[in-house]
Amino acid sequence: MAALSRSEADARESAVHTVHTVTIDLASATVRQLNAELHAPTATSYEVLHPQGAHSIGAGIHDEIDVHVRGHAGYFCAGMNQLAHVVVDGSAGNGVAENMMSGTVRVRGDASQSAGATGRGGLLVIEGSASMRCGISMKGIDIVVGGSVGPMSAFMAQAGRLVVCGDAGDGLGDSIYEARLYVRGSVGALGADCVEKEMREEHRAELAELLRAAGFDHDPGEFRRYGSARGLYHFTSEHSGTY
Amino acid sequence: MKDPSERGLRESATFDRASIAAIQHAARTGVYDIRGWGAKRAVPHFDDLLFLGASMSRYPLEGYRERCDTDVVLGDRHATRPLHLDIPVTIAGMSFGALSAQAKEALGRGASEVGTSTTTGDGGMTDEERGESKTLVYQLLPSRYGMNPDHLRAADAIEVVLGQGAKPGGGGMLLGQKISDRVAEMRTLPAGIDQRSACRHPDWTGPDDLTIKIGELREITDWEKPIYVKVGATRTYYDVKLAVAAGADVVVVDGMQGGTAATQEVFIEHVGIPILAAIPQAVQALRELGMHRKVQLIVSGGIRTGADVAKAMALGADAVAIGTAALIALGDNDPQYAEEYEAIGSAAGYYDDFQDGRDPAGITTQDPELAGRLDPVEGGRRVANYLRVLTMEAQTLARACGKAHVQHLEPEDLVALTIEAAAMARVPLAGTSWIPGIGS
Repeated sequence: MAALSRSEADARESAVHTVHTVTIDLASATVRQLNAELHAPTATSYEVLHPQGAHSIGAGIHDEIDVHVRGHAGYFCAGMNQLAHVVVDGSAGNGVAENMMSGTVRVRGDASQSAGATGRGGLLVIEGSASMRCGISMKGIDIVVGGSVGPMSAFMAQAGRLVVCGDAGDGLGDSIYEARLYVRGSVGALGADCVEKEMREEHRAELAELLRAAGFDHDPGEFRRYGSARGLYHFTSEHSGTY
Repeated sequence: MKDPSERGLRESATFDRASIAAIQHAARTGVYDIRGWGAKRAVPHFDDLLFLGASMSRYPLEGYRERCDTDVVLGDRHATRPLHLDIPVTIAGMSFGALSAQAKEALGRGASEVGTSTTTGDGGMTDEERGESKTLVYQLLPSRYGMNPDHLRAADAIEVVLGQGAKPGGGGMLLGQKISDRVAEMRTLPAGIDQRSACRHPDWTGPDDLTIKIGELREITDWEKPIYVKVGATRTYYDVKLAVAAGADVVVVDGMQGGTAATQEVFIEHVGIPILAAIPQAVQALRELGMHRKVQLIVSGGIRTGADVAKAMALGADAVAIGTAALIALGDNDPQYAEEYEAIGSAAGYYDDFQDGRDPAGITTQDPELAGRLDPVEGGRRVANYLRVLTMEAQTLARACGKAHVQHLEPEDLVALTIEAAAMARVPLAGTSWIPGIGS
């Protein structure tokens, strides 16, 4: 692959699959070339230059490798990630780390809509803010947002934890199932069946651990917890005015 | 007691007995009717079309001697591994959850035996289904229940579901009585709750986003798998154009007769259009884009016989999909369970309460005892038999029209029995050259 840039020493080592860092420049390589390499990695560490907002950067990785994206990413960066540790040195478009299974994804800037959507595992850290629908239909992923999240975040959230160090927009946790939400700042109108819940010691402990893993030093005591009232788990006609 | 009509009593056409019963039920319970199956109302359908067999002006093929091929290639627009099916009849998406694991396995066995594909559903991929399905299409639905990139890679094709014919614009529904521990675990939900699936995808909105989403799926699967886009039949002309523009390799159009595991009856009977009206719209869209036969068209919704298969293909479909008919082949509504259907307030031939999990035939249930009634091997054999019959019937009609491949059937081989069917299918009323809406 012409776009891969390796030192001579690395190139020699690549024959035995022990290259430490491979650089791929999207100014000359395609996303297809990048992902083909990441899906059958010959190295343990990658650096992606000039991402220029390209979509699907690092989508479908399933090995424990490090990928450092030096710039802004488009839609679905690190989509369905398994095992890999991905850092975006910029902002990310729609659906960053959507349906992530494991590993970590860190966005140094802001994230657009549907960050971490349907994620089933792993840790997504957004150091800036996230737009609407952050954590929509989340199914076990942990998401920590350094700033604020937009409306309808954690919509139909099934499992996992969403931590918001700033504010949350309207409709937080609408139709939520068993996910746990922690917000440090203000919360707009809560979504249907989402209620504030008691912050017990086990919640402070898990929040402290999530903040530590994400690299934030906020006091867990500054957060409030939200979750499901479990009032909509079974249909009755009396619910018709709830939605 | 004489029948009321024999005593001079008059039943209202507007407030007929079914309408009166529905009002009484709503007033008594405060809930609307939820059921499975598809639209039960009479709509223009394939029965309203006839083939013009060969005679003087056309040359037929010998029924038992000359070849009439049935194979179809799906998804060769972009995918490096398109599907090669032996017959143009596929098994539509139906979830584990809606169906028992035994039923899913049986569908896989039956489809594999005759060289066609089956499809997952709104609940993820089970080992039984993958193991017994030679060719398996993996659905990407708004709920993303059980969505797993390993399963994307293990699948033979991917179907992005925007809707289905029974409920275009609606999400899925699985009531608590069918959320067993295994179903709950696969869907990451508490057992026993009424589960609501989203009607919109969580991470994209609109056709431009879908283009990018399809790009992501191709990247995840290294451009190997065909990508289908499935829509419920409504604004089919526009939906097909947009699906093709978004990069679909295959477009699946499901008419309003298409079945569901559960939704509101008002939805089933009042939303969407018959498949007969949808196919010509889809074909027109593909032709205008220069994509007919390049992006394959699969249609579904009320396919019962080889005649339906042949007529759908004559109108321009590349293949069809069956759901309800496949369940019937497995044993759904079998008279051998007549007493049990009666005991749960239904009857063999009428049973549509797929949502309540008490299916005597063990198909639409998660009850281990009921599900255990269905032998996946025997069920698979029945499905394979039925698929063979559909195929042979379609071949019979194609040969009669002089076609050496069922895909060679064309609209010119058809006429309509009613003005409505002529207008929808865009073929002439029998004995005339009149296609209503097209010209004289």
